[in-house]
Amino acid sequence: MRLTAVETLGLRTVSLVAHLGRIAHFIGQIALDSVRPPFRFQRLVGEVFDVGVLSLAIICLSGATVGAVLGLQGYTTLSRFGATNSLGAVVGLSLVRELGPVLTALLVTGRAGSAMAAEIASMVTTEQLDGLRMMSIDPVDFIVKPKALAMLLVMPMLNALFICLGLFGGYVVGVELLGLDGGTYISSMENAITWSDDVAGTLLKSMIFGALVGFIATYRGYTAEPTSAGVSAATTGTVVVGSVTVLLFDYVITALWGV
Amino acid sequence: MQPSPTRDLIVGLFVAVGLAAIGYLSIQVGGLSYKGPGGLRLYAVFNEIGGLKTRAPVSIAGVTVGQVVAIDLDKSMRARVTLDVDRKLVLPSDTSAGIRTSGLLGDQYIALEPGAEEAPLKSGDEIAMTESALSIERLIGRFVHDSGVEEKK
Repeated sequence: MRLTAVETLGLRTVSLVAHLGRIAHFIGQIALDSVRPPFRFQRLVGEVFDVGVLSLAIICLSGATVGAVLGLQGYTTLSRFGATNSLGAVVGLSLVRELGPVLTALLVTGRAGSAMAAEIASMVTTEQLDGLRMMSIDPVDFIVKPKALAMLLVMPMLNALFICLGLFGGYVVGVELLGLDGGTYISSMENAITWSDDVAGTLLKSMIFGALVGFIATYRGYTAEPTSAGVSAATTGTVVVGSVTVLLFDYVITALWGV
Repeated sequence: MQPSPTRDLIVGLFVAVGLAAIGYLSIQVGGLSYKGPGGLRLYAVFNEIGGLKTRAPVSIAGVTVGQVVAIDLDKSMRARVTLDVDRKLVLPSDTSAGIRTSGLLGDQYIALEPGAEEAPLKSGDEIAMTESALSIERLIGRFVHDSGVEEKK
């Protein structure tokens, strides 16, 4: 009887290790299937359409709005120190280093990651994945891989678009509305941002975020309970875990590599 | 999923726009460029570099011709600044280097002033004549100190 507490601990440990093993196996399977034919290019194109093209509107709109707000806030703060000429640097650096990759990842998690998880989870519920297995088609290769890869590929592009639209939004507010000099805005932005420190960092961040969100969304969907509650739990789990993971990794990446 | 030409076209356009955005950020905003086999490496030793940082511009007559690659301390405890300058430039060997500030509170940069010698500077040469950074704090300190002494007299 006294062993029960130890037994519970042992059981927990074993199930934790088993869970980690399943995650590692799932990631390994996606990675292996990505470099091994068949490449399922048409399915990848379809997923890029779903994740990328359909997210364009929200990304562009959010980017322009965030840039405009940054321009306005930056102007108010900088004008206290008489440094409004650095507005381009403030808007550009905050967008490139932090806001671009993080907000893009959060938006894509909400817009496309949740849909991805719900789609796979409902396939689990309606036993479509079992149907694929019966035709000896590996569902990880056929369903999961294109989705995860599309996330990884699309995230840096959406991030770059977000930043470009943000820079444009900041320009519109700073130059057109508040009357700063356009050349000063652009040159302070271009002088402050360097490729190796900032742009490479933003691309690295968004690729890591893309891989994370793609993995979380597909894994949540793939391991969903085959019930309607399971579908909703997978969707909610993707958004919550995805967003928190993105923010956590953002801190870790910034602390480790200073980007 | 059936192949659909319209969808493929839209995805192609999306990828092109995305890559263009990445390219714009890298090349225009980030200033990424292929530098070829490196520029002219010059060294300059200063007593005081003030707030000079790596990647600060190197200019001649206000035109940017290179940048500061590295700053370290040499054996005699002076600042040794490594400059990377455009290879096509032919600088006389008596060129001097000075640390200037753009504007009153702006960033510091290195200004090169070409001399009149015939022999050109080669990669790896050291610039002999240097002018250290002007420290406003030190100037003010000296001024205050001097005027205080005069009042006592």
